[in-house]
Amino acid sequence: MKDIREILKERILVLDGAMGTMLQRYKFTEEDFRGERFKDWKHPLQGNNDLLSLTQPEAIADVHRKYFAAGADIVETNTFSSTTIAMADYYMEDLVYELNYESARIAKMVADEFTEREPNKPRFVAGSIGPTNKTASMSPDVNDPGYRAISFNELRIAYKLQVEALLDGGSDLLLVETIFDTLNAKAALFAIEEVKEERNIDVPIMVSGTITDASGRTLSGQTAEAFLISISHIPILSVGFNCALGASQLVPHLEVLATKSEHAVSAHPNAGLPNAFGEYDETPDQMAEQIREYVEKGLVNIVGGCCGTTPEHITAIANLVKDFKPRQFSVLH
Amino acid sequence: MSGKNEQRFLKLSGLEPLIVTPETNFINVGERTNVAGSKMFLRLIKEEKFEEALVVAREQVENGAQVIDINMDDGLIDGKEAMVKFLNLVIAEPDISRVPIMIDSSKWEIIEAGLQVVQGKCVVNSISLKEGEEQFMHQAKLIKRYGAAVIVMAFDEVGQADNYERRIEIAKRSYDVLVDKVGFAPEDIIFDLNIFPVATGMDEHKLNALDFIKATKWVRENLPHASVSGGVSNVSFSFRGNNPVREAMHSVFLYHAIKAGMNMGIVNPSMLEVYDDIPKDLLERVEDVILNRRDDATERLLDFAESVVGKTKESKIDLSWREEPLQNRITRALVKGIDQYIVEDVEEARLAADKPIQVIEENLMTGMNVVGDLFGSGKMFLPQVVKSARVMKKAVAYLLPYIEEEKLLNPQEGDSDNAGKILMATVKGDVHDIGKNIVGVVLACNNYEIVDLGVMVPPEKIIAAAIEHNVDIIGLSGLITPSLDEMVHMAKEMERKNFKIPLLIGGATTSKAHTAVKIDTQYNEAVVHVNDASRAVTVVGDLLQKETSVGYKKRIKEDYDVFRAKFLNRSSSKTYKTIAAARRNKFKIDWNKSEIFKPNKLGIQVIEDLDLNLLVPYIDWTPFFRSWELHGKYPAILTDDVVGAQATELFADAKEMLKQIIREKQLKAKGIFGLFSANSINQDDINVSLSSVQGRDEESYIFRTLRQQLQKREGVADYALADFIAPQESRKQDYIGCFCVSTGFGTAELAGKYEKNLDDYNSILVKALADRLAEAFAEYLHKEVRMKHWGYAANEELSNEELIHESYKGIRPAPGYPACPDHLEKLTIWDILKVKETIGVELTDSLAMWPAASVSGYYFGNPEARYFGLGKIKEDQVKDFADRKGIAFEKAERWLSPNIVDA
Repeated sequence: MKDIREILKERILVLDGAMGTMLQRYKFTEEDFRGERFKDWKHPLQGNNDLLSLTQPEAIADVHRKYFAAGADIVETNTFSSTTIAMADYYMEDLVYELNYESARIAKMVADEFTEREPNKPRFVAGSIGPTNKTASMSPDVNDPGYRAISFNELRIAYKLQVEALLDGGSDLLLVETIFDTLNAKAALFAIEEVKEERNIDVPIMVSGTITDASGRTLSGQTAEAFLISISHIPILSVGFNCALGASQLVPHLEVLATKSEHAVSAHPNAGLPNAFGEYDETPDQMAEQIREYVEKGLVNIVGGCCGTTPEHITAIANLVKDFKPRQFSVLH
Repeated sequence: MSGKNEQRFLKLSGLEPLIVTPETNFINVGERTNVAGSKMFLRLIKEEKFEEALVVAREQVENGAQVIDINMDDGLIDGKEAMVKFLNLVIAEPDISRVPIMIDSSKWEIIEAGLQVVQGKCVVNSISLKEGEEQFMHQAKLIKRYGAAVIVMAFDEVGQADNYERRIEIAKRSYDVLVDKVGFAPEDIIFDLNIFPVATGMDEHKLNALDFIKATKWVRENLPHASVSGGVSNVSFSFRGNNPVREAMHSVFLYHAIKAGMNMGIVNPSMLEVYDDIPKDLLERVEDVILNRRDDATERLLDFAESVVGKTKESKIDLSWREEPLQNRITRALVKGIDQYIVEDVEEARLAADKPIQVIEENLMTGMNVVGDLFGSGKMFLPQVVKSARVMKKAVAYLLPYIEEEKLLNPQEGDSDNAGKILMATVKGDVHDIGKNIVGVVLACNNYEIVDLGVMVPPEKIIAAAIEHNVDIIGLSGLITPSLDEMVHMAKEMERKNFKIPLLIGGATTSKAHTAVKIDTQYNEAVVHVNDASRAVTVVGDLLQKETSVGYKKRIKEDYDVFRAKFLNRSSSKTYKTIAAARRNKFKIDWNKSEIFKPNKLGIQVIEDLDLNLLVPYIDWTPFFRSWELHGKYPAILTDDVVGAQATELFADAKEMLKQIIREKQLKAKGIFGLFSANSINQDDINVSLSSVQGRDEESYIFRTLRQQLQKREGVADYALADFIAPQESRKQDYIGCFCVSTGFGTAELAGKYEKNLDDYNSILVKALADRLAEAFAEYLHKEVRMKHWGYAANEELSNEELIHESYKGIRPAPGYPACPDHLEKLTIWDILKVKETIGVELTDSLAMWPAASVSGYYFGNPEARYFGLGKIKEDQVKDFADRKGIAFEKAERWLSPNIVDA
């Protein structure tokens, strides 16, 4: 299979869209989430989307299939919350290895189907590493600003387990994403480096932060450039932003990365901003029209979708970017 | 990779970037947050006055420090703990943490602990070859992995470099090891080439400054991309006490060192004279010393120094804003989050005001409005606003005693201690609490007591805290979209738990529309969407003031009804069956094959005073720990790495309390249950005959059950509890049971006694235990029923573990829980068993059981009976249900509202 680093020089790669949005279409009930295996689990499981890799693996494979068919080069594993920290909500810490392994295995299986069919367009699996539900550099208690709900080491250990399982399951890349606290991401990157060293392997790493609001900063207060500097100590394939904002709102921040970063730049924005009901209603055409600005300005090398995006959005994006040259960049790890 | 001639700059970051380029000239590192360098800072840290220590850090940044050096190396303090604690506080101060941090220690464990709490790219100060290459490489590798730059001291196994040759020898060797062996980015290497004192009177010190300057030039020319730094004040060590001379020496030294390529340094900016402002005669003598231009340079400077009159320099922090009018000062303090002067300003405002409360309502609110506007327009960001809130709290705390005093002097009618208690929380899964904090602070300023649960608060905790604190209002906040669902869930939970207090909804992602359509419908009490602090005050006032409360709540409900009506035309994306279709797809038991077991003893039985000892083995401890926020399964939780110790301690206390309760019979366990002939009729109803009950043998009752309507996969049945009872048409006699047990008698008294002694811990413990005992009673009684009274499982041998996992046959669903969310059915149980008359458990207006530690429900004995969740139902079933029950549609709709599909 051709190295993704080579392909990145030739064209803009397309990342998949939202997993959650697609899973909502299945209207899985508590019962469906549980499946046979967890039917007696003592805690509610509905909403634990990552668990569906074990209980509804066909649905997960199907979503991946739809995204590949829509034109995605890379799909993300269904593991956004598959850390011992996030899974504690469901008392499923002990299942974390299996969740990641299976999710990666399913995605890789589907990717291989497509690669076999279209060897000229190899498909990749990015192991999705979410931010967890705790912040390492902010206090959840306004009256005790020095308090921290989670430590670097706790995060590092949790991420390491996730990384090992994602790699064992067949992930081609790792994607540390939706970073709202850079310290969490640094713990993930630390864990990845440990695994790389222990296994004496190299694996391309994508890093994607989240600018949360009009201040143009991450939740933990960093500007786009400060964020870039804070994660640049590790050899990475790409750096980018995802979630929280729609495609247009991301432009100024992507411009910072495009100018300052030596690495490839990625973006997977939401389908607009949520409406009053928390739904994303930007159409594929509307979104693609905004992404046109990315490619006309030469801001990105990898582009896809986050919350609210569907295979239709990805098709629209894939159709758009195929005619444009990728952004030029200097360093390829 | 990048080419050799390419320029690579040292890049650091706090909240903002710092890039060291030739144009940045010289990066000034603040030195005052260093216990080794500042006596004041050492004292503050020793006395644990971290807040004042933060002022030192902030002053440095305001003074122009572009990086702050933090050092906690002192024999009398726990350096690691102090470093982490201080860094965590610094990180929470955005106008300090905007600059990168230099983590300064001679102890590796302190450095590593520091690196683990800072998100930006720091500088480690320092490592060296002193302990050999292996340790040097190990530390460098970790520093790289943590993402920091590093200061390398010119120090090796032999000792500290003290001349030109040794400096370049060690620098070269260190550089090669770092770049070639560790793979360290060369631009992330900063050399500290040792600044030693000059003019000491000893000949061997004469070249100290000059050698440093020459070595700097060599490093910058021969070790690509590396930087050079140093602690400048050392150079003037021999002139301690003579600041004008020291300042001149620093300036001259820097002037030449910077020209040679020193691009970073630890300098106290207030100990620095502008080079051009140094008097010519002093300048000449200082340069002679620094550059070693004359043999008698030291003597000449010493002679001259005596003639220089020492004068202390003014602090260079811009304090001109302190001259401005009072309101400007208060506003600035709030906007900048400076709490240093707020008390004196607030005092000034208080003296000028008629009433102390006016300071809050006018001066402070004016400032907070500016904060709100700036945040709203993206000119301030989250951490800054949190800081503003803290200043606000401090101001309010100062004013509170005066407000109290004012109240005593001028008591107003109906004035209570506080206007009301408001619980504030950011919902589960969300870390945004800015709006919540502002609203909380503003409300606190208006004399409401705030119970702030912080962020990422799970619904159980909100519910528990609301109950524990007996709050008047719950305010929920959230910014990310999943929080919307959490809020709906909270509203449902509040409904399920029979809350009677208003619910406020706020946060960036919330809207009146969502509140009206999704949240308001889940909760029978007032739900109000409030997105700014000033409105919160009015809304809360209207909700809680006796005169306005009822009318306002009614208006709000109506307003939201109207608002909601606008959305009724929206097509629903979920699909539900008609109740008729769902009934066709009911869960079918083959009644010809199904074995129906006739209870050994039909009729009603009462348990007057059960020995609590019998219940102990049936206690499920896991939820007990969960109620104390200790997560994990019992008994493994007792040995858990994280919570094990606390869990063990709590468990010991609980056991002790349990013993006492049992020994002194402080709680009383009463129960009642009945087993009756029954058949399902008309698909979804269960006809219960009391033919076996003496004196009531003519009576019969009907349980109304609800059926799932959500469109599911092919082959999955749509359940109703009635499916588990043989229908009349089958001509098979079937049976059903119902029960109520309580261990709550005595709880309130006992808990109240503890509360009176301000012993919240034991008060909660009693309540938690009573709940566990009630659940245990239900479990115990169910087993007795299965094995004896009904007897279909006479040979059952299940461990407590299996009981908890409900591995037995038959179910005991409870009204108000997923399979039968309809609380109204409790009334039927109460009628059948005469629960209130017999054992004294009452139903409140909202059909909650009192005492609270009570459990009621049905018994289904069929082996195929299973627990399920009803989910949402459609209006057609609600109507059908109301008709069957003979109640108004509206009444049915109100009780079932959490389960009705949105129109």
